[in-house]
Amino acid sequence: MTNFTQFFRSTIGRKLLMGFTGLFLCSFLVVHFAGNLLLFRSDNGVAFNQYAEFMASNPAIRTMEIGLFLGLMVHIALGIRLWLANRRVRPEQYKVNAGSDTSSLASRVSFLSGSILFIFLVIHLRTFFVPSRFSSSEVSMYHLVQDAFASPLYSLFYLVALALLGYHLRHGFQSAFQTFGLRGKRYLPLIEMVGFIFWFLIPLGFAAMPLFFYFGLS
Amino acid sequence: MNLTLEVWRQENSTTPGGFVTYTVRDISPDASFLEMLDVLNDDLVRKGEEPVAFDHDCREGICGSCGIMIDGRAHGPQKGVATCELRMRCFNDGDRIVVEPFRAKPFPVIRDLIVDRTSFDRIIQSGGFVSVKTGGAPDANAIPIAKNAVDEAFDAATCIGCGACVAACKNGSASLFVAAKVSHLALLPQGQAERDTRVVSMVAKMDLEGFGSCSNTYACEAECPKEISVSNIARMNREYLRFNLITQK
Ligand code: HEM
Ligand code: FES
Repeated sequence: MTNFTQFFRSTIGRKLLMGFTGLFLCSFLVVHFAGNLLLFRSDNGVAFNQYAEFMASNPAIRTMEIGLFLGLMVHIALGIRLWLANRRVRPEQYKVNAGSDTSSLASRVSFLSGSILFIFLVIHLRTFFVPSRFSSSEVSMYHLVQDAFASPLYSLFYLVALALLGYHLRHGFQSAFQTFGLRGKRYLPLIEMVGFIFWFLIPLGFAAMPLFFYFGLS
Repeated sequence: MNLTLEVWRQENSTTPGGFVTYTVRDISPDASFLEMLDVLNDDLVRKGEEPVAFDHDCREGICGSCGIMIDGRAHGPQKGVATCELRMRCFNDGDRIVVEPFRAKPFPVIRDLIVDRTSFDRIIQSGGFVSVKTGGAPDANAIPIAKNAVDEAFDAATCIGCGACVAACKNGSASLFVAAKVSHLALLPQGQAERDTRVVSMVAKMDLEGFGSCSNTYACEAECPKEISVSNIARMNREYLRFNLITQK
């Protein structure tokens, strides 16, 4: 056991947890996206509201929700920890920071993109999650979505946040596999292909939702 | 070539340093960066000033002693070379070049451009020994090793321990260095007996020395004079995880 705690205190152990929780959050994106596709049905929200009702009442889903929340907390806590520790390694900065050919901007700003994502998540949860779970009166989630995305500012905010999610995952997805030691010649094409789904297609699909409602296509 | 240099000058590890501007004249484009600094120092000594201290030894890219941050790039703008191999023809006449020491807490400045990289030596020491049979020298081909394992082990073994990876990393991580050393032995039959303890001790030492964690920005790979691949970092992680999650009793 002591060896195990030692492991999770090492930088590699912490990064393993970071990558693991990150991919866990990615798996949630798939479920969330698939469910939200019901928003595009032209049934005035009947199917979507049923789905939302199921998600809010099913005990298995509610339990997984706790796991998801804990995963997010671990991800954020480790992200902050590692970032703070890494900042301390170079107290005296270089006068010239030229960057490097192989290092992408996305990889260098993942703490920033993650932090803005956090602000997004708070607002997002405040708008949709809190009324769906903690409101005493019956709410139509579909109409909540419709109302929220009627606002140009709110919709634009979503587009920016989703772009940042894509940017965070552009680095994060493949990075997790490097951390696990799996990013080699054999798996790289697969990682890049599945990564493309996560950093491009899924955020793009999510971005279609505010646009869909803002332009009144519902 | 005539150049303007902004050089970091620092008396010792406890006094604060700063940039001093110098001009050097009639530098041959075929001179190495260190030879250019030799010309500058010759000037300074003639003027009775203190020469710029910098590390060097082999001057042919094999010892890893040299290492300077040149215009924000470890070992300067040319790919796959150490500072001693960097030629002045990579610069233009009249350029202004910023010359700084490698910066990281585990690499404290000793003087001017010289930093203390003994933290690397301590990581190597922590890796321990390799068990070998003593006695008569074995035949060179006594142990069969797969061609690709030899190639990869050799690529990793070309690491000269200069610290450019640490200098280039925004986190000051030593992962590429440690990964190269771990990979080099993990790939060979001779390294198997201590394979697990080696990676565990070296990673623990790396953390203890105060290097940052790897966030996979891959900046190190581009600055490494030996162009060591970050796939070695994946291998180090794999070795580390293999022990901690699978083989450890
Ligand atoms: C909400 C606040 C978030 C913060 C503060 C945050 C922060 C970070 C940070 C600092 C890293 C480290 C990257 C590095 O090592 O350079 C990271 C990695 C990662 N993040 Fe996030 N993130 C957040 C949300 C998310 C979300 C919502 C997802 C997925 C849906 C996600 C997926 C990932 C993945 C897969 C990695 C890669 C892990 C690795 O490098 O091993 N993150 N995040
Ligand atoms: S002086 Fe030996 S590598 Fe540059």
